[in-house]
Amino acid sequence: MSTATVSGPDIDSDPDHLRLRGRTLPRWAPLAGAAGAVVVSLLIYLLTPVDSEIQIVLMAALGFVVATTVVSTVVEGGRRARDRFATTLVYTAFLLALIPLVAVLVSVISKGAGRLDAGFFTHSMNGIGARDVGGGIYHAIIGTVEQVLLASVLAVPFGLLVAIYLVEYGRGRISRVISFFVDVLTGLPSIIAGLFVLAFWVLALDQGFSGFAGALALAVLMIPTVVRSAEEMLKLVPNELREAGYALGVPQWRTILRVVVPTALPGIVTGVMLAVARVAGETAPVLLTVFGTNLINSNPFSGEQSSLPLYIYSQAGQPQKFAVDRAWAAALVLIIIIMVLNLAARLFAGRNRLK
Amino acid sequence: MTTEPDRSADAAEQRGAATATAPPEDPPPADRPAVASAGRSRVGTADLVFKNLTRTAGLGLLALIAVIAIFLVLRATHALSANTGDFLTTEEWFPNATPPKFGVAATLYGTVVSAAVAMVIAVPVAVGIALFITVYAPRQLSSVLGYIVDLLAAVPSVVYGLWGLIVLAPHMKGIQLWLNDYFGWIPLFSGDSVGRSLFVASVVLAIMILPIVAALSREVFLQVPIAHREAALALGATRWEMIRTAVLPYGKPGVISASMLGLGRAMGETIAVALVLPASFNISAHLLSPAGNTIAANVANGWGEANDIGRGALIASGLVLFIVAMIVNIIARAIVARRREFSGSSA
Repeated sequence: MSTATVSGPDIDSDPDHLRLRGRTLPRWAPLAGAAGAVVVSLLIYLLTPVDSEIQIVLMAALGFVVATTVVSTVVEGGRRARDRFATTLVYTAFLLALIPLVAVLVSVISKGAGRLDAGFFTHSMNGIGARDVGGGIYHAIIGTVEQVLLASVLAVPFGLLVAIYLVEYGRGRISRVISFFVDVLTGLPSIIAGLFVLAFWVLALDQGFSGFAGALALAVLMIPTVVRSAEEMLKLVPNELREAGYALGVPQWRTILRVVVPTALPGIVTGVMLAVARVAGETAPVLLTVFGTNLINSNPFSGEQSSLPLYIYSQAGQPQKFAVDRAWAAALVLIIIIMVLNLAARLFAGRNRLK
Repeated sequence: MTTEPDRSADAAEQRGAATATAPPEDPPPADRPAVASAGRSRVGTADLVFKNLTRTAGLGLLALIAVIAIFLVLRATHALSANTGDFLTTEEWFPNATPPKFGVAATLYGTVVSAAVAMVIAVPVAVGIALFITVYAPRQLSSVLGYIVDLLAAVPSVVYGLWGLIVLAPHMKGIQLWLNDYFGWIPLFSGDSVGRSLFVASVVLAIMILPIVAALSREVFLQVPIAHREAALALGATRWEMIRTAVLPYGKPGVISASMLGLGRAMGETIAVALVLPASFNISAHLLSPAGNTIAANVANGWGEANDIGRGALIASGLVLFIVAMIVNIIARAIVARRREFSGSSA
């Protein structure tokens, strides 16, 4: 504090009174605070017997937030300090969250890349034990592709019809009930879908484990996603298009099929691709219905199959190094497939935006 | 549910607008053109066929859910009638023994606790990420970050499980010991040993749902009208005051429903938890002890060696999970609907 404010109302000699805004910290202050917090935490890490990296990171974050807020309260006063507090909190939350998320990707890439060779894609696990080198995901890729395709064939037309009903025809209580149960299905834990197909298809109808049973479970999970995204897209179609169709004497069903759906199609395709990407990574329902095998089985309608998530799960559950290596490599492949599907969906959506 | 007014409205719809004396239908949604009914009176069968096709699909969805519920209940009652313990309060899980004795108490406890802890960790951080991306980050960076968060939300849970088991669990030892040492006086953090505990599982779940909640919250915050934000800033609000007065009130229902979706995912998560937790069946308040189990993980772990009764028991526990997930869902819907009513926002 300057002495001028203490000695009296000597306005001219107090620079604070001439400013339009209150005193602020320099722009580099938060950065300096962050650097300081990191350095102090590193020193603590090196000099004291604290052995957990997580703890050090949390301490640095806490130190940064507290120090910045305290300094800001002293220099800038209450309101600005609260703003600083929120800002530092948001920044640290973001940076803290990045650490595990980036770590997941980094470990999958670094640990998975080692096993990614041509043999990994062209071999199954036939005759390969957990302690053996080698083995591959050929059978798992076949399984995943077939199951997801079958699930899409089942779920997409069905979901689209439900969405058309809800948007174009649905009014009154039935559509509200359907809409509510679409939400219920959205929140359905994926393992319940697996249990249901296990109870219904595999046990009650005695159809045995098969890729198709897995596809049924995945379809149950896909339906609500397809319905919701198609619904959103159909709602975006301007009413003028429908009215133009009716004005030309086109019956409603033809208007829907020839005008409304084609207009919304890019968005619907995007939604379907996102739904496909989601179910391709589902493990639990597949575990209960497809059972898993080490052999190549390209017939989804009879006998156990494998799938990529299932493969990861079974290999990760074994404590041997080679098995875990295979799990990482398969995880990398699965992530790449899902990322490609996602990126393709988004690029497609970006190019054909309906507005 | 009373079907009477429903049926009459449907019949009216089918007869079309030609029936002048039709009982009043529910008014069509405001944004749909009413001309639809005018077209229907002239064009007969094809329209009716298509409409009924879509309606059948809609009803088929209801039938699907009914079948799911019925089959789960059927299989479950079979096992429940053979149970010698009380299903809701027994902690043990010996459905394959003779006589079978099993209960859902321990796994339900693990499900609720791990999901709740995951929520406590993930939701504030996720809101922070969403705020950072929508309010704080420079514009170019924010669209890239939005993309990345969306992609992370799509990473399959089995990958998080693999990572949690092999990478995270060893690193969690230090912080668990520290919590145990300094906060052991809180029963939650007490206990004699630490290891692959419910806490570790919760952290894995939190990391898993983080991008999901963040991606949805980001979308909600993006919907906040720029005018609201600019008005707050023009009145001299600091950035935080702008967030508090313009962004958060507008985004609240969306954030709540995003969190509920995350909660549902966390409760239903099977593989990540099954990989991380050593399955055990007891209710322990010690969050850090290497014990615990969840309903979903128990199904994945136990169904392989389950006999007929055992499978029924797992299905019964799945039914409990289904009901809990549905309750969460309904609560979320109720909150969102009420908030929407009061705030007048369309989010």
